[in-house]
Amino acid sequence: MSEQEHDTTATSGGEQRQQEPSVSQRLWRELTTGSAMLTVLSIVLALAIGGLLIILSDPRVQQAAGYFADRPSDTFAAAWQSVSSAYAAMFRGSLVDFGEYSVVRAVRPLAATLTNATPLIAAGLAVAIAFRTGLLNIGAEGQIILGAVGAGYIGFTMDLPVVVHLVVAVLGGVLAGAFWGGIAGFLKARTGAHEVIVTIMLNYIARFLLAYLLTLEAFRRAGRSDPISPYVAESAQLPRLFEGSRLHLGFLLAVVAAAVVWWLLTRSTIGFRLRAVGFNAHAATTAGMSVARSYTLAMCIAGGLAGLAGASQVLGTERFLSSGISGGLGFDAITVALLGRANPWGTVAAGLLFGALRAGAVTMQAETGTPIDIVLVVQSLIVLFIAAPPLVRAIFRIRVRSRGLGAPEARGWEA
Amino acid sequence: MSTGDTGNEVGSWAERALRRRWRAPVMFTVLGLGALVLFGLLAPGGERSTFGISTAGDIVEIDPVGVPSRQAAILLALLCLAVAGYALLLTARAEPVPLWLSVLFGSAFVLSFLTWAVAGETISLTGALQGSLALSVPLIFGALCGMLGERTGVINIAIEGQLLAGAFLSGVVASLLGNLWVGLIAAPVAGLLVAYLLAVFSIRYLVNQIIVGVVLNVLVLGLTNFLYGRLLSPQAQTWNSPGRFPRWKLPVLGDIPVVGPVLFDQTVIVYCMYVAVLVVHVALFHTRWGLRVRAVGEHPEAADTAGIAVNVVRFRNVLIGGAVAGFGGAYFTLGAIGVFSREMTAGAGFIALAAMILGRWKPMGAVFAALLFGFANNLQSVLGIIGSPIPSEFMLMAPYVLTIFAVAGLVGRIRPPAANGQPYIKS
Repeated sequence: MSEQEHDTTATSGGEQRQQEPSVSQRLWRELTTGSAMLTVLSIVLALAIGGLLIILSDPRVQQAAGYFADRPSDTFAAAWQSVSSAYAAMFRGSLVDFGEYSVVRAVRPLAATLTNATPLIAAGLAVAIAFRTGLLNIGAEGQIILGAVGAGYIGFTMDLPVVVHLVVAVLGGVLAGAFWGGIAGFLKARTGAHEVIVTIMLNYIARFLLAYLLTLEAFRRAGRSDPISPYVAESAQLPRLFEGSRLHLGFLLAVVAAAVVWWLLTRSTIGFRLRAVGFNAHAATTAGMSVARSYTLAMCIAGGLAGLAGASQVLGTERFLSSGISGGLGFDAITVALLGRANPWGTVAAGLLFGALRAGAVTMQAETGTPIDIVLVVQSLIVLFIAAPPLVRAIFRIRVRSRGLGAPEARGWEA
Repeated sequence: MSTGDTGNEVGSWAERALRRRWRAPVMFTVLGLGALVLFGLLAPGGERSTFGISTAGDIVEIDPVGVPSRQAAILLALLCLAVAGYALLLTARAEPVPLWLSVLFGSAFVLSFLTWAVAGETISLTGALQGSLALSVPLIFGALCGMLGERTGVINIAIEGQLLAGAFLSGVVASLLGNLWVGLIAAPVAGLLVAYLLAVFSIRYLVNQIIVGVVLNVLVLGLTNFLYGRLLSPQAQTWNSPGRFPRWKLPVLGDIPVVGPVLFDQTVIVYCMYVAVLVVHVALFHTRWGLRVRAVGEHPEAADTAGIAVNVVRFRNVLIGGAVAGFGGAYFTLGAIGVFSREMTAGAGFIALAAMILGRWKPMGAVFAALLFGFANNLQSVLGIIGSPIPSEFMLMAPYVLTIFAVAGLVGRIRPPAANGQPYIKS
């Protein structure tokens, strides 16, 4: 019990900030207290299990294992070949491709990583800020969809001047997402409806709403019968950052959003209130803070951030609206926020890592035929290991001192 | 600000408790009036709605029943309003609104809607009910799974993952061994494995139950998709050709019109479902075991004092629930489709969760909620064929909207087990 209490104090971050330690001191402490160590071990462990899965499911390995008794070396060679080629392709696809001669082509994978990380960071922040307020936002998926619909609609129907159009479209996405998140926050505040249930249901409502909208004339691309929208107008597109890659301005927006969330949570009165409510709602009420208002506000901000993710997908990456615009990003966002320990910069780092996994997996699938879904396995395993430090400790038989996830925030449906 | 605010908070809570009791009857009245106006008074008269009763091969042939659409819809809407009136009366007398009244209201409302929607057309009533039940089966299994966990205080968001794991493993095992029955045995094992992870992480390592559930869903989705892409899809003959269970028509019961073909001409999985619902209902509410389970979910400290090992009961129930959901997952592959496909549960686990909540953590309630959801889901495809006045997407949305209304207290008070979601740490 005492460990958890200590953990929550660390989560709220108040203790650390009072002393204002320098960056290097903080980094050193992170490394020595084991948080970073735990993260690294979890990632290694998850990748190892993922590798095992790749080996076991490889037909060539199975073939070699058929005559294992005669020539065991064949099996090991096939296994090594299978996993090393897959992970090497993943590295080439996510960071640097040393096989390329020009610098621009060599760093193109890095750009793909950043492109994939963009919505993960923004939506991850949406989960993180709700988490800090003591709310579990499972609804990033729906909020992303609404954000994409809002931004997309403004993008391909309105006709506005160059800069204005983009700003209005992004704002439209953010507001639509905030509205969708706000529903859950408002219902939680007013009726006590559990945000997990409401956000899960809103995800599906958003999905069917999108499916319905795509059947309407205004959302239909001319000359196409499948549910796909027109391209957003050029004036509303998030500009590409450099040639030959889909990386766009949205990435910078996501990083700015992380900075804003960091400032909001640690430097502003609003953030103090949100964290106080998340830490102990009863104490916050006693101190005169309105828990209801904080819940609504937190979910509005969260929805807005997820809406930004949706806007960046539709205005930057895809440039049109389709039923797969979110494609499970909202659920990835939960793992991103958990890996980032609901901390804005942690979320950015986690978003970059999972963005890299996604980008790398595309190359991996293309080159070695390993299905891209291995990313989901690795991703969820990382979070599971991080969530339960005693497990990692037991596996590696070492002493890692770190806090787990979530136990203090565990509450019932109605709380 | 401080003290005043707190006072308001308390005041509004009491007020809210008072208001909430009125919400269900008021909601009934509003919906009943809506049905009367929309489906009855505003609808054009003179058309007939025809419902086919008999299916091919029935011993007693029954002619399709045709009713004047407008009049029938009005009559059913008036029945809704009568139920609402009775509910208002009960509430005025400070008596609770019983479940059967809600079920009656729901049925009358849906039928009123149906007569309006099929005005001038013909649909097969038996076919519609068969389709509804088919879609409800995994929901009922999933809801039972969630209930077994939540009655002990463990929230199970991973129902979706357990269904998917059951569907996957049953299909693969049945294909590899060429035996459907072995596949059916493998299904609960798959659900059990997912449940074991949920139990270990949430009960032993005290990780937030909802978080573990969400992450496990992603894990199972990733695993099954990966293996599908690697093995099941390229080598379908070996890995993914389980086939289906045949329908077994029960001797006498199966010959009853409407009821027979809907309920008693089904696969073994559906018959198991009937048994499972009964067993869970009796076990939860009429055995010592059930009393202990509910005690753990409502007041773990008291249960502990009485000598019940709280976490052992929780662990066990999560595992049983996982097995039930896994078994239900087999319905997708071995009962309905005959092959496994990517993400084939398509959110059924979450609808099951909703059905459990709407059914107020009771097996019978969950069955009715699941049937309602199955009916709505099936209706959108039926109406899609005959051309519906309502876009099918809105029909698909209905269960989710209804659930939000329910948890927001708009259709009666919903009270989960008191210790739901809270880890128990013995001090």
